Parts: sequence; C-alpha cells; structure tokens
Amino acid sequence: MADEPAHQNVLEAMSDLASLEALTLEAIAAAGDEAALDAVRVGALGKKGSVSALLATLGKMEPEERKVRGASINKLKDAIVEALEARKAILKQAALEARLKAEIIDVTLPVRPSPLDTGRVHPITQVMDELAAIFADMGFSIAEGPDVETDDYNFTKLNFPPDHPARDMHDTFFFEPGPDGTRKLLRTHTSPVQVRTMLTQQPPIRVICPGRTYRCDSDQTHTPMFHQVEGLVIDKQANLGNLKWILEEFCKAFFEVPDVTMRFRPSFFPFTEPSIEVDIRCSRKDGEIRFGEGDDWLEILGCGMVHPNVLTACGIDPEVYQGFAWGMGIDRIAMLKYGMPDLRAFFENDIRWLNHYGFRPLDIPSLVAGLTA
Amino acid sequence: MKLTLNWLKDHLETEASLDTIVATLTKIGLEVEEVKDPARALGGFVIAAVLEAKPHPNADRLRVCTVDFGAAAPMQVVCGAPNARAGMKSVFAPVGTYIPGKKTTLGPGVIRGVESNGMLCSAAELELSEEHDGILDLPGEAPVGTPYAQWVGLDPVIDINLTPNRPDAMGIAGIARDLAAAGLGTVKTPAVAPITGGAPSPVTVRIALDGADAALAPVFALRGVSGVKNGPAPDWLQAKLRSVGLRPINALVDITNFLTFDRARPLHVFDAKKVSGGLVVRRAAPGETLKALDGKTYTLDASMVVIADDSGVISLAGIMGGEATGCDETTTDVLIEAALWSPNAIAATGRKLGIVSDARYRFERGIDPAFTLPGLDLATRLVLDLCGGTASGVTLAGTVPEPDTRILFPYSEVRRLTGLDLPSTEMLQILEALGFQLAGSPGNADLIYVKVPSWRPDIFGKADLVEEVIRIAGVDRVVSTPLPRQSASIPAAILTPLQKRTRQAKRALAASGLVEAVTWSFVSHEQAVLFGGGEPALVLANPIASDLSDMRPSLLPGLIAAVGRNAARGAADLALFEVGQIFKGDGDKDQRIAVAAVRSGTAKPSGGGRHWSGAAGSVDAFDAKADAMALLDALGVPTGGLQVVAGGASAFHPGRSAVLRFGPKGVLGSFGEIHPSVLAAMDVAGPLVGFELILDDIPAPKSKPTKAKARLDLSDFMPLQRDFAFVVDRGVEAGAIVKAALGAERTLVTHVAVFDIYEGQGVPPGQKSVAITATIQPRDQTLKDNEIEAVMGKIIADVTKKTGAVLRG
Repeated sequence: MADEPAHQNVLEAMSDLASLEALTLEAIAAAGDEAALDAVRVGALGKKGSVSALLATLGKMEPEERKVRGASINKLKDAIVEALEARKAILKQAALEARLKAEIIDVTLPVRPSPLDTGRVHPITQVMDELAAIFADMGFSIAEGPDVETDDYNFTKLNFPPDHPARDMHDTFFFEPGPDGTRKLLRTHTSPVQVRTMLTQQPPIRVICPGRTYRCDSDQTHTPMFHQVEGLVIDKQANLGNLKWILEEFCKAFFEVPDVTMRFRPSFFPFTEPSIEVDIRCSRKDGEIRFGEGDDWLEILGCGMVHPNVLTACGIDPEVYQGFAWGMGIDRIAMLKYGMPDLRAFFENDIRWLNHYGFRPLDIPSLVAGLTA
Repeated sequence: MKLTLNWLKDHLETEASLDTIVATLTKIGLEVEEVKDPARALGGFVIAAVLEAKPHPNADRLRVCTVDFGAAAPMQVVCGAPNARAGMKSVFAPVGTYIPGKKTTLGPGVIRGVESNGMLCSAAELELSEEHDGILDLPGEAPVGTPYAQWVGLDPVIDINLTPNRPDAMGIAGIARDLAAAGLGTVKTPAVAPITGGAPSPVTVRIALDGADAALAPVFALRGVSGVKNGPAPDWLQAKLRSVGLRPINALVDITNFLTFDRARPLHVFDAKKVSGGLVVRRAAPGETLKALDGKTYTLDASMVVIADDSGVISLAGIMGGEATGCDETTTDVLIEAALWSPNAIAATGRKLGIVSDARYRFERGIDPAFTLPGLDLATRLVLDLCGGTASGVTLAGTVPEPDTRILFPYSEVRRLTGLDLPSTEMLQILEALGFQLAGSPGNADLIYVKVPSWRPDIFGKADLVEEVIRIAGVDRVVSTPLPRQSASIPAAILTPLQKRTRQAKRALAASGLVEAVTWSFVSHEQAVLFGGGEPALVLANPIASDLSDMRPSLLPGLIAAVGRNAARGAADLALFEVGQIFKGDGDKDQRIAVAAVRSGTAKPSGGGRHWSGAAGSVDAFDAKADAMALLDALGVPTGGLQVVAGGASAFHPGRSAVLRFGPKGVLGSFGEIHPSVLAAMDVAGPLVGFELILDDIPAPKSKPTKAKARLDLSDFMPLQRDFAFVVDRGVEAGAIVKAALGAERTLVTHVAVFDIYEGQGVPPGQKSVAITATIQPRDQTLKDNEIEAVMGKIIADVTKKTGAVLRG
C-alpha cells in the first residue's frame, strides 16, 4: 500500500491533536483566574504556543495533506478559543460575585434629613392658603391693608360712634397723638380693609381680607396679636340667604366634611344690620371637636348685612347696592381644625410645637387635592 | 345682665319651661351665657326632721343625730353645728350628694369612731349664702322628704350676654316684652300709678349747663320723702337682689337697685339731712374730689358732670353717689333722684375713672327717657310702702325729652336684605309687639311709617327694623341660597404679585429646610433701636408689656429672640424664617413685607448636628447667602445684575455680611453673620447667621407678551474646561475675577466657577490664590488648539487687567 505510511502518519498526527486538545481544555478548565486563563491562551494560541507551532508545520506539507491537516488544526483552534471564552465568562461572573460579596453597607445607617423633611410652614400660613384656595374658587380676591390704622377707618367709618360703648369691646392699642392731635391705632379687626376696598373699588365687590389684628388682651384664649379673615360681598342683590350659603360652603370645604349644620343667632356689630352670630353643630369628645355630627354648638363667626351707614361712609349708595360681611379668627379655626389646645403657643415659636403642628413645604392646599389630602 | 325665672314671671305670663325660655332668648338675640338652676344643682338635698341629737361619745362639740328624711329608715349622722337639736327641721344630703359649697361628693364616713351617713347642711354648703355658722333651721311645716330647692322655690338664674345696642333689655320688664313678642306669653308688667300732690320738694334743683352742655343732663327730677324708717329691706326684696348677685344694703338703697334691674331705671337716694342747700348739676371743677359709695376717692376734671350742694360735689352723675350723703339706717328724710344723662359723657367719665357700676352700664347705653317720672313715682311708691313717710311733690329741672323717630319702612326691605318672604301682617304684628307704632302709610301698600318706642334709641332706619322683624321671626328661617360666580369663566390670578411672592417665599424657605415662625409685631424699645427703628410714631401708648412696646422695624429681633428661647430649652441648632410686615413709619406705605431667616449652631442647609458621614460645621455667612439666593431664585428674580456689596445693615457683622442690591437705589436687603454686639444685647449665643430682604423692593419680573420661554440653544460640540490659578491682593473679591473671566469672550465662555481659595506658603503675604475653572462652549465648529489658547489668553489678560491678578506660575 503506497499510502500506508501516510495513513499511519495521519493517524499519529490525529492522536496528537486529540491529546493536545484534551490537555489544553483541561488547562482552561483548571485556570482559576483571568491571568491563569491568559497563560493557557498564550501557551496554546500565542506566537510560540502549541497550536501556533502546529499551524507552522502546515507550510512544509503537501497540499493534500495540508488540507486535511489544516482543517483539523483549525477545528482544534476553534475549540480552544470557544473554551477560553466560556471559561472567561465564568471567571468574570465569579469575580463579580466575589466582589459583590465583599461590598456590603449597613443599610440601617440613617441618612441626612432632606430639607423637605425639616422645613415647615406655620399653621397660620397653611390655613390662610386654605382660605385663599376656597374663596378663590368662589370668585373672591384677597385684599390687604396696613396694621397701623386711623380711628376713622377702624371705627368711625364702620359706624362706631365716638365714645360708644361698642368701642370698649375692642381693647385698642393706641399710639401717642401726632402733631395734629389725632392718634393712630393698631387695627382691632380687619374691617378697615373692607372700608379701604369700598373706597377704592366699584361694586360688585367680592374680597376676603386676612391679616394680623391686635387687642390689648392676654389670657389662654386671647393674645395681644391674632389673625382674622373677613369677607365682603357688595352687589345689587346679595342677601342673608346668600351669606348663609357662602358660609355653609366654606365650612364644608374648610373642615372637609360632607355637611354642616349652622345656627344663625341675632347679635350686634356696629357695622352690620341685621347682625348675626353663627354656631356650627359639633360633637366634643376627649377634647376633640368634630363637625357635621353631635348636638353641641360652637360659635364660629360673626356676620351680617353691611350697615347702610357704612356703605354711605364708603361712598356706596345703600339704596342701590347691598351686601354682607363676615369675620372670624384664623387662629381659632386653625385650632378647631387641627386640634391645637392653646392659642398662646402659636406665637411662642417653640421648635417642638412648630415641628409638630407645622406643615411640610410641599403640602400646598388646593381644592383639586382636597385641601389637606 | 342677670335675671331669675320668677322675676321674669313678674312681668311675663307664660307657661313656657325654663329650657324653652332660654332657647328663645338666644334665638331672639339675647344670648344666654349661663343658666344656674339650683333646683337641678341641689336636687339631692331633702328636707329632714332631726329625731335625736345626742352628744358624741368622743367629742364635746359634735352631736350624733338621727335623721328622718323620708326614707324607709332614719339615718345616723354626726353633726358639728351648734344649733343641731332634736325636733328641728333642716336640710339633709344623703351619701352620694355633691356638696357645691365644699366641692366634694359625700361618701359614708366614720367621725371620731361614730358612723356618719350623710350631712345636715348650712346655707354655705348649698352655696345659697355665706352663712355657715349653723345648719339651716326650717319652720316646722317644712315637709320631710321633699327636695329643699323645690319647697323653698329656689329660682333659676339666667345670665344674658347683652349686646350694647339693647338698652331696653337691661331691665327684666324689657326682656319680658321681647319674649312676649316672640310668642312666649303676655306681658303683665303693672302700670305705674302716678303719685300726685304733696308739699313742694324741700330742696331746690338747678341744672347749670347751658348751650351745647345742656345735652349733658336733659332732665333732673327730685322728690323728698320725709319721716321714713330705713332698715333692712323685706326678705322678698333682699332675695331678689341676691339672686342677681347684688348685696342688700338697706331698704332705700335696695329699692333703687331693684328698679335698676326691674325696669332698667337707675335712681339715686340722698339722705336729705346730709345735703346742705340746693342741688346744682354742673361740670366738675378741675381737681375737685369725691369720696364715692365704693369708699374710694376720685379726683375729677371739667369733662365730668356732677351733682353738688353747698359743700361741694356729692354725686358723680349717673355713675355713683357720694359716701357723705348716702342713706343708712339713721336716714329719716330721703331725696330720690331720677335723671337723664348723656350716654357719651357717662361712658367717657366712667372710662376715665375706671368705675364700673350698674348705673353707668345703663346710662351709657341709653335709658328710656319716657320712664323718668314714672320711675320716680314707682320708687316713691316702694319707699312709702316699705319705709313709710310722706312724699313731697316733684322738683323738675330741665325737660323730659320726647324722642320721635319715625321710619319709612318698605315691607319689601325684609326680602331685599334677607331673601326671606314674610307676610306683612306678621311683620306688623312683630313690630307692634315690640312697641313700635304704625304711624300712617303714604298710600303704597308696601310702605308704612313706623314710630320707634322711646326705649329703643338704637333704632334709626329701615335696616334696623329688618333686624327687629327677622330676629323675632327667626333668623333660622333664612334659606340658604347659592351665590353664583360673577363670571362663569376660569378666573385670572386673584393674588397680587406681592401676595404671590409672599406665598412663594414661605414655601421656598420651608423647602430649604427652614421652619416658619410667627413672632409678635411688637418688640422692646431697645430692640427696635438696635435694628434701626424706635421712632416715637411707632411706640405704643398702652403696650401690653414693656418689652412689647414698639412696632418692629425688622423681623430679625423676633427670630433671634425665638432662637434664644429655644436654645434655653436645649434646641441650639435652629433654622427659622418669617415673612411678615415691618414698620418704617405710621403711614400706609411705611408698612413693608419683609422676609428674614436665621440659622444657628450647626443648622446648615445640608442638615445640622453630628452625623456618621461627617459632622456639620458651624453655620456661616454663606449659608445665609445660599438661603437668600435660593429665595430670589424661587421668586423668579433674574440675578444677573444683582450686586453683592460687602458690609450689610448695622445688625450684621461688618466684615462678614453684604448688601444685596440692583444698584445703589435698588437695595433688597442684607445677609451675613449677626453682629456680636446684637447677640450680646439680646443675650443669645452664636454662631448665628441670617438675612433680611424687603419683598416690596424686589423688582417685579418684566411682563412678557407670551409665556413662551427663551429659545433653547443646544450645541452639538463638546464643551471643554480650563483651570486657572491667579495670585491677587487679598482684598480683591473673587466675584471680580469671575466677572472678568466671564466677560473675556462672551459667546464662548459660558460659566466660571471658583474651586479653590488659598493663602499661605507659596503665596506672598497679603495675597491669595484664587483658582477658577472656565467652561468654553464651541458654537459652530470644534475649536482648534490655537483657538482655545487664544480664549485662555483673553481670560488671563482680562482678569489681570481688571483685578491686578497674576497667573500663578
């Protein structure tokens, strides 16, 4: 057989390749890290590597033999490359796992507080924003005026006759008389803002007037400074029925209850006629007040039809125009809604109180979100 | 205003229960503040017979009594009263009864070894009087077992919170009239029989007030009664006075007090023998004094009206009589005064002298002039009945005013103002029940003339009549009626720009971790001066406390004081802000809205206190600057032209503070470290930083025709950064270097940041190294190396030229 030796050579060579493959794959599998794996790669596929040495022998071969031999060597090479890549991926994964195992934090360590957690707005601000949201929706705008007022705007134009005992009901802070003998005072209610509004705006008028007010009085339920909000509606037909509706709508929206029951009682304010005080039905339990239920009554505000003398004093003809006004304590309704027991604490600025009763900066009242929802 | 149920029933024939009467009073505008019903409070106390009263075996002063109080078996009680004796009738409280006078509920007890179940009671223990020397000693016919309050007819006391417009309800007769109008019965106030004849009054009266002064005392009537026997008033009268909280004095005085409450008619009685000469009603001479019936001596001035005799002032008109001419048990001849006084003058005098009396309370609200002489007759009748004597005729000075207010009243006014439709017959019925008279009609069915009764000085116009109608008809009949919006469209912004900024400022500062405080609008005078205020126009004449005397010129003193108070309670790291009014004068425009914040201790914007990731350092001026800048940013203020000028307002550390301004006339405020002397003066420990800006002074954003934002310019080319270190004189501000670098090549240099400031080794003394990084943004194409170098060269040249800085080698 002429090709017998050749056949013999091929068989030997084939067994060489097989053992080389077996050896190399074994070395790949044994490589413990990427460096060891790379050493195997260089030993096999590097310039002087075993597979490269085999490829170098091809040049001296006959074309026939080269063809057979070349295919075998390339197959060996592919097998080694594939095994190298597979091993590399495994080692990479193992290395990542080992790293992740070592990278451990104590997740219970506290973070630094966010400014959004520590910041607070005062309940008075919150309630003023709630009032604005409710009344804006009913078409009211917000009117403001100075705290230092004249006797004329605080009393006389509001139909408080000079020396009338009704003035005694307002414990007024006065300033020393000026050169012309008149003395300014700190407004005892926000009603002078109504006067200013009527003097400068033509009806129809719909405003609320929130602000600081002052009375020379101090005990658990009175502070020398407090906050009031008043409302004023002037047009050609606004009547007590409308006032009742506005107040009902307000109380439902503000106290966030589906229904309120109100009691109107005749009363007296110099600037309204008829004058009315309003109670709302509530229940009291363990110091907590709930509206829309129970059989107790809580006085919440004063109101009435604007007195013709006030309209006249503000340049509005009471035969043509009419309207109503109401007023209540912002601090008081804040206490009722949010359950603060003591008015005085509102102005002590004890950080513990502010943190507890204050509101977060992004709790911005809006009707779409249900005020405090 | 106090009244009792039985007293009311002297004037009102009614079957209504106490509860109905109370509810009706509130409903018609006579708000009931409190009802004390002794029958309810004393329900447990029953009439008992003392069967036995034996000496206590272990105590000389105690007695062991056996008491029959209507129960199946008698009860044994130990009693310490000296008057306890067998056979008497008294009041017994069984175990479980609440004793008002002792504020305890009775339990079973053992007193000195003897069992005692219940208590025999004194009047003090029932809170009926101060009498506590012995147990109540009831007459023999008192029925055993009956509740004591029921048997004795204890009267519920109603306290009305009377509004100042209702002088007619200052008398029980007037309250009865209101209740009758509201349908609760019929008025039965007896008519006053005139007393005629008699000798002329022994004392002359002259009103020495002329011209405009005549209104101070329109009328003064006086009658003498001689030969009276004064002494304690009869029990019924004393009981009535006590029931409304008055102390019986003697019959003559008690009669005047009775009529004050019964008919809202204050009167005064003089002891005729203590009066010398005739009476003159006049203004007081400055410096005259009067020792009044309350035992105090008052110094008078010419604004006050007095009654004087030959000896001087003997009575403060309409407010209080004098002690020297008062009636006591020795009085035999009495002068009864019924007068009218100007309400305003009474109010002014009462306020000036600080006298609160039942007479002042009524005169200053206005009493019924038509009842002047009937009141005098009624008082005379009571004096004659209770004290005997002979009445003289009346001496009258001045004339009794006859008010004649007539109002043209359209019935439709009720609907116009209240929305409520009432039949005109019902309206007229209400008005007539209240004493208004129909005084003709001008021919229109809707219009009537209404004459106002003399006891209603508060009624002037048709709105007042609407109130009268509606309060009696029932305000609760007003029907809630929706008030539609004036415009159905979505409204424009309702907040003014300043209101909007005030809200934004609060939310923005809270979002920076600051807590909103609300501090008093007033501060001490010292603090006002310390913060640039203290002018006389802003000092209160009647501050509530000496440290709350001046309107605040700044929000900072309030905030700093709040920091101090919290620090005293152990909270030293504080971040507080306030947005509110400050006062630069007493004019309308002098009130400004300020925003201020303070940070103390380690309350840095990134969080205060010690932390595992690193402790926060002390607050510094840059924390305050950061707060101020964040605020301006949140308010949408373009800060491009904002100047930061070293040296803030006087309350700040001069070297560690600055003014924020848009030019010399556009100062917004200051930020920085609080001045050490301010901290010392306010006794607050540092470190403390803060800022204060005036919101009104922050320019309004320019209004633009659309809300569209400026076009966004996105370059396709990578920006690059180049660092520079300059050495410059210590006094040169980093801001100047940044400004020069930014200006070097406006289109390409988009941002410059300072990343290092260094003084020390390697930098000459008196100089500092300022390291900046400039961002260069290529516009149309990638910049070549030589182009980049040109920009860098321009930056170096400009910085050197404008600041004298040298590039560090």
